[in-house]
Amino acid sequence: MLEVKDLRVSYGQSEVIHGIDFVTAKDETLAIMGRNGMGKTTLFKSLIGILPGSSGSIVLDGREVGNLPSHERVAAGLAYVPQGRMIFPNLTVMENIESGLETLKTSKVPDEIFDLFPVLREMRKRKGGNLSGGQQQQLAIARALVSEPKVLLLDEPTEGIQPSIIKDIAHTLNEIRRMKKIAIVVSEQVLSFTMAIADRLAVIEKGKIIHEEEGKSANQEKIASYLAV
Amino acid sequence: MGGFSAQDLTAIFVMQGFAGLSFFSVLLLMALGLAIIYGQMRVINMAHGEFMVIGAYATYLLTSALRHLPGGLDVSVFLAIPVAFLAAFVVGYFIEWLLIRHLYHRPLDTLLATWGLALIMQQGFRSAFGAREVSVPVPDWLRGSYRPTMMIDIPLNGLAIMLLTVLVTVAVWWFLYRSRWGLRVRCTTANREMSGAVGINTKRVDRMTFAIGCGIAGIAGAAFTTISSTGPTSGSLYIVDTFLVVVFGGAGSLVGTIASAFSIAQAQSIMEFFMGGSMAKVLTLLTVIGILLLRPEGLVASKVRR
Repeated sequence: MLEVKDLRVSYGQSEVIHGIDFVTAKDETLAIMGRNGMGKTTLFKSLIGILPGSSGSIVLDGREVGNLPSHERVAAGLAYVPQGRMIFPNLTVMENIESGLETLKTSKVPDEIFDLFPVLREMRKRKGGNLSGGQQQQLAIARALVSEPKVLLLDEPTEGIQPSIIKDIAHTLNEIRRMKKIAIVVSEQVLSFTMAIADRLAVIEKGKIIHEEEGKSANQEKIASYLAV
Repeated sequence: MGGFSAQDLTAIFVMQGFAGLSFFSVLLLMALGLAIIYGQMRVINMAHGEFMVIGAYATYLLTSALRHLPGGLDVSVFLAIPVAFLAAFVVGYFIEWLLIRHLYHRPLDTLLATWGLALIMQQGFRSAFGAREVSVPVPDWLRGSYRPTMMIDIPLNGLAIMLLTVLVTVAVWWFLYRSRWGLRVRCTTANREMSGAVGINTKRVDRMTFAIGCGIAGIAGAAFTTISSTGPTSGSLYIVDTFLVVVFGGAGSLVGTIASAFSIAQAQSIMEFFMGGSMAKVLTLLTVIGILLLRPEGLVASKVRR
């Protein structure tokens, strides 16, 4: 579904992502694990087109999207939940979700979104900025999901969120995959969360993927050693 | 207030109050466009007054072309509004493409660039229409006044402008808060990168938003022609007051913009009668500065966790 080949990203002269390759299939969750500063967010930003890649290719469902602006990548089937959620604080919850409908013909938010995130139905008239961190995370996922993506990108969805809500988010992500059969790429540091959702794990270090293995049989101690500071 | 009887004072307050309302209308029409451009896009558009003048000259040209036809004057009054809007809209669209889009990352530079643009446009008007002010004839039914008592005299063109202002305000509110476009505009202002990442074509949104803001200034220009004559520098007289209104009201808030346009116009107009124009202006400015010191975000600031 999503095929990334030799992707390189630089801030000015300094290259941060040194040629990353990975493939995700339809109905598969790939977790990209790594410590802070290893290039996870940079990778995700360049996948969605906020940062330009300096070379390499990003092929989505057979179509090269690496040279498109963000909004056309979304139209092509990518959706992005950024680190820190980045919902629109002054817009109501409903308006936040509706902003994700931009690339579709319809202007009505499907009911299944509120079935997945019942708390958002209750809060739909509130301003997004007045929601708690966990609720904002759900809102950001809902906003990405209404665009009916083929590939959902989530950058550190558990950052700054309490453990019980982290479990809920893992459950929701599995539910989304079961319902929609989409590919999910998630960057993460929390191993327990990753084990609950991922089919495959890849470890990123200093802008390169250095280790990859199947999720269910993953050697947790080995992965944990990569994440240790 | 020696020398005025109670009856005099009532008449003065009513008439100056009404003059204030006309001033309020033009100011609000100007400020609505600027509230979109500055309040939403954070572009300091010093040429906003000149976009108003484009609307005024468009009205003038239209009326000149139609006035000799039978009934042409009546038609042109209604045609003037869309024509003025369109003229300013088209120029605004072009200017955004040429100039503004390169400056979104440098908001302060928009001030200099648009100020230069204002000078260029003023000279352009002077070359095209001459330095002399032109006035637009209004149809008979807009002349004259409504006199509820012997001493009170309310001009009809003022009433017409107020009606127009109400309509435009409602339209702007609907556009910003109820339409798909408004949602795009508010998303883009809140977070440009993220808006792109949810699928919004932010470049197109910027261009349309700027152009619509300019178009509304054009409508203000059409309204302006009924109360005053138009010269190349007419716009620059209003730009300071308009910025004052937008900043005082709280950038990005429609209610704040309306409230601040009303209070500034009324204060100015009523004080003007008793102490002359300059003193009235000084007092208004001092009050506004005082209030802004206490409420730096303006009258109406949106309350949200940061």
